[in-house]
Amino acid sequence: MLAASCCDRRMCVCPGPRRIAIPVRSSRLPLLSDAMPAPTHLFPLIRNCEISRICSTMCYCHHKHLCCLSSHFAHGHFRYAPQKKFAALYRPKENFYQFIHARDYASTPQRFYLTPPQVNSILKANEYSFKVPEFDGKNVSSVLGFDSNQLPANAPIEDRRSAATCLQTRGMLLGVFDGHAGCACAQAVSERLFYYIAVSLLPHETLLEIENAVESGRALLPILQWHKHPNDYFSKEASKLYFNSLRTYWQELIDLNSGETTDVKEALINAFKRLDNDISLEAQVGDPNSFLNYLVLRVAFSGATACVAHVDGVDLHVANTGDSRAMLGVQEEDGSWSAVNLSYDHNAQNEREVERVKTEHPKSEEKSLVKQDRLLGLLMPFRAFGDVKFKWSIELQKRVVESGPDQLNDNEYTKFIPPNYHTPPYLTAEPEVIHHKLRPQDKFLVLATDGLWETMHRQDVARIVGEYLTGVHHQQPIAVGGYKVTLGQMHGLLTERRAKISSVFEDQNAATHLIRHAVGNNEFGTVDHERLSKMLSLPEELARMYRDDITIIVVQFNSHVIGAYQNGEL
Amino acid sequence: MFLRLLADVRWRGADPKWRSAARCRSASGTAETQPVPLPAEARVVICGGGITGTSVAYHLAKLGWKDVVLLEQGRLAAGTTRFCAGIVSTARPVSIELKMADYSNKLYQQLEQETGVQTGYVKTGSVSLAQTQDRLISLKRIASSLNVSGIPCEIISPKQVAQLHPLINIHDLVGAMYVPEDALVLSANVSLALATAASRNGVQIHERTSVSHVSVQKGRVTGVETDRGHIKCQYFVNCAGQWAYELGHSGEEPVNIPLHACEHFYLLTHPLKEPLANNVPTVVDPDGRIYIRNWQGGILSGGFEKNPKPLFTEGRNQLEIHNLQEDWDHFEPLLSSLLRRMPNLEALQIMQLVNCPESFTPDMRCIMGESPTVRGYFVLAGMNSAGISYGGGAGKYLAEWMVNGYPSENVWPLDLKRFGTLQSSRTFLRHRVMEVMPLICDLKVPRWDFQTGRQLRTSPLYDRLDAQGARWMEKHGFERVKYFVPPGKDLLDLDQSKTFYKPDWFDIVGSEVKCCKEAVCVIDMSSFTKFEISSTGDQALQSLQYLFSNDLDVPVGHVVHTGMLNENGGYENDCSIARLSKRSFFMISPTDQQVHCWAWLKNHLPEDSNLTIEDVTWKYTALNLIGPRAVDVLSELSYAPMTPEHFPSFFCKEMSVGYANGIRVMSITHTGEPGFMLYIPIEYALHVYNEVMNMGQKYGIRNAGYYALRSLRIEKFFAFWGQDLDAFTTPMECGREFQVKLEKGMEFVGQEALLEQKQNGVYKRFTMFILEDHDTDMDLWPWWGEPIFRNGRYVGKTTSSAYSYTLERHVCLGFVQHFDEKTGEELVVTTDFINQGEYEIDIAGQRFQAKAKLYPFSSLFAQRRRKDEVELSGYQRE
Repeated sequence: MLAASCCDRRMCVCPGPRRIAIPVRSSRLPLLSDAMPAPTHLFPLIRNCEISRICSTMCYCHHKHLCCLSSHFAHGHFRYAPQKKFAALYRPKENFYQFIHARDYASTPQRFYLTPPQVNSILKANEYSFKVPEFDGKNVSSVLGFDSNQLPANAPIEDRRSAATCLQTRGMLLGVFDGHAGCACAQAVSERLFYYIAVSLLPHETLLEIENAVESGRALLPILQWHKHPNDYFSKEASKLYFNSLRTYWQELIDLNSGETTDVKEALINAFKRLDNDISLEAQVGDPNSFLNYLVLRVAFSGATACVAHVDGVDLHVANTGDSRAMLGVQEEDGSWSAVNLSYDHNAQNEREVERVKTEHPKSEEKSLVKQDRLLGLLMPFRAFGDVKFKWSIELQKRVVESGPDQLNDNEYTKFIPPNYHTPPYLTAEPEVIHHKLRPQDKFLVLATDGLWETMHRQDVARIVGEYLTGVHHQQPIAVGGYKVTLGQMHGLLTERRAKISSVFEDQNAATHLIRHAVGNNEFGTVDHERLSKMLSLPEELARMYRDDITIIVVQFNSHVIGAYQNGEL
Repeated sequence: MFLRLLADVRWRGADPKWRSAARCRSASGTAETQPVPLPAEARVVICGGGITGTSVAYHLAKLGWKDVVLLEQGRLAAGTTRFCAGIVSTARPVSIELKMADYSNKLYQQLEQETGVQTGYVKTGSVSLAQTQDRLISLKRIASSLNVSGIPCEIISPKQVAQLHPLINIHDLVGAMYVPEDALVLSANVSLALATAASRNGVQIHERTSVSHVSVQKGRVTGVETDRGHIKCQYFVNCAGQWAYELGHSGEEPVNIPLHACEHFYLLTHPLKEPLANNVPTVVDPDGRIYIRNWQGGILSGGFEKNPKPLFTEGRNQLEIHNLQEDWDHFEPLLSSLLRRMPNLEALQIMQLVNCPESFTPDMRCIMGESPTVRGYFVLAGMNSAGISYGGGAGKYLAEWMVNGYPSENVWPLDLKRFGTLQSSRTFLRHRVMEVMPLICDLKVPRWDFQTGRQLRTSPLYDRLDAQGARWMEKHGFERVKYFVPPGKDLLDLDQSKTFYKPDWFDIVGSEVKCCKEAVCVIDMSSFTKFEISSTGDQALQSLQYLFSNDLDVPVGHVVHTGMLNENGGYENDCSIARLSKRSFFMISPTDQQVHCWAWLKNHLPEDSNLTIEDVTWKYTALNLIGPRAVDVLSELSYAPMTPEHFPSFFCKEMSVGYANGIRVMSITHTGEPGFMLYIPIEYALHVYNEVMNMGQKYGIRNAGYYALRSLRIEKFFAFWGQDLDAFTTPMECGREFQVKLEKGMEFVGQEALLEQKQNGVYKRFTMFILEDHDTDMDLWPWWGEPIFRNGRYVGKTTSSAYSYTLERHVCLGFVQHFDEKTGEELVVTTDFINQGEYEIDIAGQRFQAKAKLYPFSSLFAQRRRKDEVELSGYQRE
């Protein structure tokens, strides 16, 4: 697992060429465009078979020129810089590819593209929708429901998502979590964070009641109702451990009883910090069970960002740690859509964040703190759960790793200490919380990991989701009137409009629809099936070069209920 | 709007002559002068001043009926006629439509000379493109048919297409059909020219006069009520186009005219940089669903999309026709198709997208003829977007019909009486036209059934049969079984099953036929039209003897097969009549005769309260037991001997079958095979069916469908009314002299004509052809309408065909004529002429040798029968 995570571009700490390979990502696009004709046809070939098989094909085709290459490939170094090899290989030997083309066209021409149903089954594999049930035909919740979906690029996917309704307090919690250096931390956070938040929000009496129930072995009041896709799992093995940590937390809350009503913002910040603290502590303490011991270490040594929304009536709180993002879709009076950010990215692009990091460390480190837009030249998000390599002192790290299981010890990554590591901690899990009072024109909220935001502008996201939710039948009819329009222009316009409609009709889930656009959009902003098919048929090894894991939750608000709140009717 | 103005200017400037000629026209553009008052009386009132109305007026005047008034609610040629694309195209698959279009073309060509009104007639020719081999086959079939009709036409290669039209992208084409004589006209001006000529001949034209309803007394038209007063008249012609349905329903006596309007879009552009030549051919790309013609140096292009938009379902004010919106999103597939066909048009500037509603009918053929319920009420409407092509010819036939009592060609495929009230539901029409409009561009293959508006009339056994794998077709709204798909066997999807070659059900029908020949099969034939005619005295017999050519004065219990002929001896109906008692008769006719036959009887039977006719179609379920073991099944079920000694053929008896009593059993099967027809009161239908199936099990009984029936009948050389027989075919011409009793001691309709034919001989002869060098698996199958060549010369067309599983050959039926080699004059056809000839049948341009026969293969009959006993019945139009 950890070895595989070396490929993560977010955190590249492998010594040697791989590290430098990261900037190659920027040369991805030229690769795509230059060498696309060839890889397009090669990718599906690679997809379901071993690299060695391809190599042997190549050998077979072009014996003399490639035998040395094939031996190179076969030894498994492929993964380290595949794109470079491919690129180097493509350009001088064009006739070689023509040969491959001809050969494959003759045999199975269909293999090169996914059919629309295949594309749909890939896109829809992880989609999930939840409608808030109506009572007496009336829905008094400000949330109508939500759509969520994920598209993996890593194998396995490192993103996680969670959604739950708080049962002891009002409100709904939704969150996306982007893991790095493995998925362990993201998984743990997705399971645990909402309990910490819910507990933080509980009034004193309820906490007491729960504690008494646990104490006397009675049935516990349910705290959360989860809304999970079948693929979203919880780890059974660690539940006891997690529960104990949580219990300690609420016991402390009971002891600290301040008597004040819980402030949501405060509760969110406390929950985030407490969970990160527990993750760190569990790793230091260890567990007699070797499996659990290894698990807590993996959780602590990997990392995760979190972007969590809490909706209660018209009060919307977004707590964000890292570079996932929350965005509010607002419908203007003229029917157009605009986007309002409800989170700040914690990365090098955020000057305030860079400033914060710099003030927390001595001036002498100023230059080494942020390099190549990464924390200590390594980590893209400036805040995260886990990632104890950026939090613990060198001694602590060494002690834990050495006393830890062999798997950990053998791992290059865990043993590696970030350069210029002088005054830890460099990283925090403390979120920034933004409070927003919902208005009737606020139609939806999008929570998504950076996989979405790096391919799409938030304005486009707002427009696409907005048009999807309201239905494109509101499209104005076109009239030529007195304008000078050519047949070609009209045709372009019409195909674009039709593409919008057809892609809307294909999806029953706003998140799926958004992913379709994120992956398949061409330069004109419309979904291009060919492109979509190419992107989705990338082999696991290459997928990560062209796109990131994408996780999206689209929450739809009930404008009528929000309007009623505003007028004081509720 | 722009187009409208343009058109206004054009025709105003064009025909000052007409304006002076048309005395009665109210001045429309200038000051409101007092309109000329309407006449109090006229022989004919025509409602509708579009192409059809003016054409009818023109032809009536030509035929000498000058006391004609034409009323138009707006201005002449202001509806669909003005907006339509003005293409005159003769490439039509249905023979009568082809003839109408050909006549129209010739008429329009000389119209300008005749009237002085500029019609804008330009002979451009047309090119129909084929993107697929199947399309090319269908074009070749049309080309064969055009060629023998004397219309020049050729199949050309894509390269030749490129030479004909500079802009066409030919890369995806496999071929095309070029019809050089096709033309373009200014449709509104053609209509105005016809009106000008008509008004010169005395027809009065009144614009801005709308008809509110037609007055009817005793089933006859007596007058027309308009917003400007009443006109007394004998004949009314409904040419109201898409409003014809509503107008038909406005009177006290409704006339059902099943048609419905759909929006139709076409595009107009500014001229090209290098304007197209005036005579560049019109392009029809049916696979791309579009047509493209030259329009003032630019192009006009429209099409028939897959998802049409029906409108005016609830009936609307006609003014809205001018306010219809352009719908570009709807037009997008057609625009894509246009740009694919002519990529160089990308930079061409759009002028307008015109929305021009067109009316469509339930079977894509236009509607003409007299109403079955109101005498003197004629209709010509529902042009399915080919109003200009058909207008001239259709007007001519209708005028002939009114003046002479019958048109000069067989127009049954277009006759209003092919529809009844059952096709007049608005919902049905709305759904059906949504299927019909795309069909205009779809590939027309044999054995095609409509998918919408189905399951309206069904037999009580429908569910039972459906559960046993029945596949259905529809006739006059009635669901009938085509064949039964055995369990575990799957046929192709509907779309994929379209073929001009051997169909996928070939073996299934083969085994049903085999079972009919060797054991026994049941076919549900409930759709047949059934009438009962009875009287208190002799009236029924007397009247029927007058209407039918065979002798009906037979002993009770006998079944007579006979034609119901017109004055010319032609078949108006072909039926079996059973004498139930001295004074009552049971008459069985083809399914689609329900309206026509009823109207014919109503018009010809004397007004006599002692004589009653009743339509009992719905009262009986009909089961046909075909096969040598039918005798055994029925005798076991009835405990009555059914052998030929006790129950001779052509016999009818009421008896009990199972527990059910009162079943009319007739020893006919409509196929020439041994067996029985059971007419079962519907409440017993399920019981009798179950009993027959249970009892039949040991005799190997199974269900069969109409395809099996058809194969059996055609190999026995049985003619079908509506397919082979029509109002222009006499019994003498199809070898049925024995069904005509010229000396039955009583005069009957058509007797004189038949006597004359008997003396002078016939000019066409129904003949059976066995295809000799035709490979059933590999070659195109015959359908109908294929030209027949005798010694290399065209002598006629086939009218139906089927594969004979017994002969293992295709059998085509058709008429052979004898044209003089020099003059082309029609000569008498003798038996020798038929027998001494080498025949070929042309299927889509490929000729197959055929053997001609005037009598069926006697060896095919299991039992030899006396020749006059051979039942030659045919109820089934394909």
